[in-house]
Amino acid sequence: MKLLTLNFVSCARKACKSSTSSFPLHPRDAELELVEMEFNPQFLQNMLPKLEWEALQIICNELALPTLPSSTPAASDLFESGGEGSSPAQPTQVARDLHKLLLETTIREGLLVCSNCGHEYAIKEGIANFLLPPHLV
Amino acid sequence: MLPTPSTSHVNFNRVYEPAEDSFLLLDTLSASSEIKFLSERFKTSPPPLIMEVGSGSGVVLAFVAAHANHIFGRSDSMFLSSDLNVFACHSTSNTVLKAIDSASSLGEKRSLFLNSLNADLLSCLKANSVDVLIFNPPYVPTSEVPERKASLFPDPVNEAPVSFDDESHFLSLSYAGGVDGMEVTNRLLEDLPRVLHRAHGVAYILLCAQNRPREVQSHVKAWGPSWEVEIVSSSGKKAGWEKLVVLRVSRAG
Ligand SMILES: [Zn+2]
Repeated sequence: MKLLTLNFVSCARKACKSSTSSFPLHPRDAELELVEMEFNPQFLQNMLPKLEWEALQIICNELALPTLPSSTPAASDLFESGGEGSSPAQPTQVARDLHKLLLETTIREGLLVCSNCGHEYAIKEGIANFLLPPHLV
Repeated sequence: MLPTPSTSHVNFNRVYEPAEDSFLLLDTLSASSEIKFLSERFKTSPPPLIMEVGSGSGVVLAFVAAHANHIFGRSDSMFLSSDLNVFACHSTSNTVLKAIDSASSLGEKRSLFLNSLNADLLSCLKANSVDVLIFNPPYVPTSEVPERKASLFPDPVNEAPVSFDDESHFLSLSYAGGVDGMEVTNRLLEDLPRVLHRAHGVAYILLCAQNRPREVQSHVKAWGPSWEVEIVSSSGKKAGWEKLVVLRVSRAG
């Protein structure tokens, strides 16, 4: 499961929908794997307004990954400035780090935990299981 | 005609095999009227998240992902799927990634497939997160929707051999829709206002004649003036009634 996917999922229990602590889900006992993806800095730039930065920071800390900047990067942080003339702007290290974090870092095995209800969702072979036993739906 | 993705690697004893309904969705999503509608809608938005619920073999999502540049007029869309059947989750993932690879070998820009989620409908999606939803529901009227067998979940995929009974259970989940074939679709509709993006969310939902599509249409219209709902395609006309239709539900922002 890509870390970017965690930007879009929350606890599946109905009772948790109204609680702000059901997002993000917290990785635990995660076995990470790097899966190489084509680098697309333009995609990252377009994605910036959709990123839940605070949630990403929390997830990075919990996975013991390098600390993120304290606020969402600006579009201008992703491309080198200067470069007068016709050559296309070069992506920065910030862009490369973000690419690696969001798109290449995947949780192969582990758990996702809701901090509102404590429910643990298992991830196996990269696929998270959000199915609930009938009494928790 | 855009090419249909290959599903030759999928085990159709456990996963719904692409049929007339799947192909109607492919035709709908690649019709020039929908391409126009979608590319105008997502002209200036951040990258749209396209989600298929109950993705089965993955043929529909793979098709949209492989031809995303053509359909959305942009190359930065993201794709996500959910299915109750864990075998379907793995099949979807394979089918979509293969289709993206083969489109890329023909010079298309690669679409981004995020993940398959083993989930019930939209239950694990954050509010306001889905831009385009695609749903080919279990729409066949049956006396009841089969109860999910607890014994099958949440066991990992490859460990135990899967019995014939379990395989037919998975297949029944893919078509049995309960009363009027609408029990599962109604649950999805109930969660749609929470999940579908407030400004540009749009959902494509396949229905059959017994689902009474026009009643579903008025049901959604009654949500308020910001909701638009239209039958955008159909197939298999029989005595003046279409056998299958695709309903497009959209938010007017
Ligand atoms: Zn919860």
